[in-house]
Amino acid sequence: MKTYDAIVVGAGHNGLTNAAYLAKSGLDVLCLEKNDYIGGATVSRNLYKDWYYSNCSYVCSLLRPEIFRDLDLARHGLQITPYGGGSVFMENGDYLGSYPDEEVHHREYSRFSRADADAYERYSADTMRQCRFIRDFLLRTPPDPTSFKPRDLKELAHLGSKFYGMGEQQMYDTIRFWTMSVAEYLDEYFETDVIKAALSGSGIIGTALGIHSPGTAYVLLHHYMGDVDGNIGAWGYARGGMGSVAKALSSAFQAYGGELRTDAGVEQIVVKNGKVKGVALTTGEEIDAKIVVSAMDVKRTFLKCMDKSDLDDDFYNRVNNFKIRGSSGKLNIALDGLPTFPALPKGSPLLDGDMHFIDSMERMERAYDDWKEGTWSKDPYVDMVIPTVSDPTMAPPGKHFMSCFVQYCPAQIEGRDWTDEERDQFGQTVINQIAEYSPDFKDLILHCEVRTPKEIENEAGLTEGNIFHGELTMDQLMFNRPIPGYAQYRGPVGGLYMCGSSNHPGGGVMAAPGCNAAREILFDLKRPDITPANFGDD
Amino acid sequence: MTIQEVPQGRLRSPFYPRQADLDRLFQWHDWKGYASAEGFYDTTLEYFSVRNSAGVFDLTPMTKYRITGPDALVYINRLVTRDMSKIKPGRVAYAVWCDDEGQVIDDGTIFHLKQGEYRLCSQERHMAWLQMSAIGMDVTIVDETEEVCGLALQGPTSCSILKAMGIEGIETLRPFGMATYAFQDTEIMISRTGFTGDLGYEVWLSNDKALDLWDAMFDAGKIYGIMAMGTEALEQARIEAGFIAAYVDFLPANVTVRTGRSRSPFELGLDWLVDFKKPNFNGRRALAREKRNGSTWQLVKLDIEGNKPAHHSYIYSTSKGKKDVGFITSAAWSPVCKQNVALGTVRSPHGKVGEKLYVEIYYQREMHWSKMMAEATVVDKPFWDPPRKRATPPGPF
Repeated sequence: MKTYDAIVVGAGHNGLTNAAYLAKSGLDVLCLEKNDYIGGATVSRNLYKDWYYSNCSYVCSLLRPEIFRDLDLARHGLQITPYGGGSVFMENGDYLGSYPDEEVHHREYSRFSRADADAYERYSADTMRQCRFIRDFLLRTPPDPTSFKPRDLKELAHLGSKFYGMGEQQMYDTIRFWTMSVAEYLDEYFETDVIKAALSGSGIIGTALGIHSPGTAYVLLHHYMGDVDGNIGAWGYARGGMGSVAKALSSAFQAYGGELRTDAGVEQIVVKNGKVKGVALTTGEEIDAKIVVSAMDVKRTFLKCMDKSDLDDDFYNRVNNFKIRGSSGKLNIALDGLPTFPALPKGSPLLDGDMHFIDSMERMERAYDDWKEGTWSKDPYVDMVIPTVSDPTMAPPGKHFMSCFVQYCPAQIEGRDWTDEERDQFGQTVINQIAEYSPDFKDLILHCEVRTPKEIENEAGLTEGNIFHGELTMDQLMFNRPIPGYAQYRGPVGGLYMCGSSNHPGGGVMAAPGCNAAREILFDLKRPDITPANFGDD
Repeated sequence: MTIQEVPQGRLRSPFYPRQADLDRLFQWHDWKGYASAEGFYDTTLEYFSVRNSAGVFDLTPMTKYRITGPDALVYINRLVTRDMSKIKPGRVAYAVWCDDEGQVIDDGTIFHLKQGEYRLCSQERHMAWLQMSAIGMDVTIVDETEEVCGLALQGPTSCSILKAMGIEGIETLRPFGMATYAFQDTEIMISRTGFTGDLGYEVWLSNDKALDLWDAMFDAGKIYGIMAMGTEALEQARIEAGFIAAYVDFLPANVTVRTGRSRSPFELGLDWLVDFKKPNFNGRRALAREKRNGSTWQLVKLDIEGNKPAHHSYIYSTSKGKKDVGFITSAAWSPVCKQNVALGTVRSPHGKVGEKLYVEIYYQREMHWSKMMAEATVVDKPFWDPPRKRATPPGPF
């Protein structure tokens, strides 16, 4: 029977990135995917007529440009187009626009507060300072602070020099920044409620925390640290939907000679004599490999796909306690035409941007209260985009695809499973909120897919539907991600590696964990490091 | 409720209709949201109007704050590094203000309009910072950028033009003096200030009288060689005058991202603006420390051999060019001085007056690039500093 050099479990963007680098290095690699389509949470799904839904992840900014370039993803068909601007609709009929042009943005903020308009520059600079610090570590393996290995010492020294290089005040700020709440962070700059509400959304997306919870300032950073063509903080759309990212990565992987199998769910990672032997599929088929790389989240990998007797107790318990709480839902909607939003000026560029419907910090926090009560937010934070305003490939001409990311939506309702009725009510809550500001919206809906964490877990495999493969809090970041002692992509069993977003630097369509894991695997195999280095100062 | 959309394009200053009439180049750029002309007819002639007759530059986009209240002086004195108690009503002070680390946030001019009333004029926008520094003080800060417009009238015939406009007593206004004058049925404020290093004035008024002022000035100025001027001519003049510009020769500290890229007043050659004898001011402790321990950088004025402007050049301490000691931030051939001039930043202890440095100049001729190493001498005086700048009363031309 054939023994592969490596099997990568899961054909999401990290699994594919990892597999592509291993194949590029000359290894014989098999990538397995449980669904009959690839992409994991990076997909474009054809669920209704000629519509393609980015039905999990929906915008792109974090995808490392170094990997994009290195794997030649443009040649493999990937195109990322920046989009700009956004709005928050207010209960009093007003709106707050966010314009890509900095002068127009300043004028708009000035409608609410001149001081806030002026403060935005300093806020951007301070946030950028934190971005530049973290961006340097995205394509690096976190050092183990307890290790005296030369590689760890070198990386620790690098971390230290970057940290001390920030200067005294910024070092204090960084420590505070990583632990404070997004509300506190914004309070340091702004006085206007709606401006703070608008900016705070990035601090809670995908996170089972509220705007006043410590640690949410970092989550904001996680959404700011990406870039589109060097414009840090900018977001874009993948032409054809997010599935184009997976498609391009799999095309690159296969061009390097990799083998991809769909409809091949892994039942168990097989261990023999303390070393991986391969995987057993749900069909009973066994495939051997010298190395197994899991792109699944850490809980699914160790609690669902391994025999507990192969793992030590403390390790197992730490994995069991890994925070990966479900907090987000998603509505994917096929529209018969573009909905109107009468509060916005005719022809406004804001109509092409993202839209939000919560205008105060109080409402932001109340939305979290519902989650704590074990139910979905009755007045949710919705991040709504219509990518088809610029992408002609995702819906028929004149028709549109609307993506609504919804915070908060628990993995269970009051401790028990969701019912179908509750799922529909959740969907209706979101539709009603949008319809408050768009009178023709409901009539334009042709089809709507409602996804609670339950559907996201069942389809994409994310435990509790957590979009980041685990929460992005200080206790689960850098050398503590996913758990202390295992932050360098190596599992507790010989030949077992982890390359999913449960690992540094965390979730989002970044591809960095997949790439970083490949670096460690190649190091262990004593093969040349072919993974790209950070582009550097930007 | 229908909410008016904020203007999506560049704003037009109240002088725009007249500028548009004169404009033959269609070269406009953005200045803090306003359309600002690079030039109107011929940027070289516009520049020479400042040195030879008079040029008119639209200052409207400058950020303008009115600071009033019982604590106005205490507030401003705590904000800036210079002693504002010495600036009496009717006087204008060039000043810088710093963050807690003694790094320059911006520079600007402060007009002491009358007892307890000031106008702060700067290139950047600072309401958030100004309000924060005002906590606990009885002071009101109003951004009047959009309500107040301004024209700089600069050049040897500028006083004659104002006199011809009927501005009585303008000839007695000393450099950095300001006063209000009757103009038609209203009052305008005129200060003897400018960004050109020449005889010149800045005229400030409310927007509704803008066109009347423009017309009166250009009518009176016709026989005195008046010309509208754009940013390019002004830039040329300000380098000759040795004036620094935000985002060119220094970065506002509060928006500087990289460590060590901001500057203290000492590093910008503005020691004379820092007064340790006055009551505490923002950044004082850090500046005192720097004064004791020395600065990292030094802004220098350089007189460079040859005639090729040293744009973006590295500065070296030897002609071998092994180790760079700094870089050029502004460079120009000075037509009036017939001198190759530049402003640059060098690492201390370089930058002493009289020191010979070297700059690596790249220049392009018919597509091909050449480079040369040119000697550059550190000078302390402005490159252009005519006596008429200080003469009171000024001569007729």
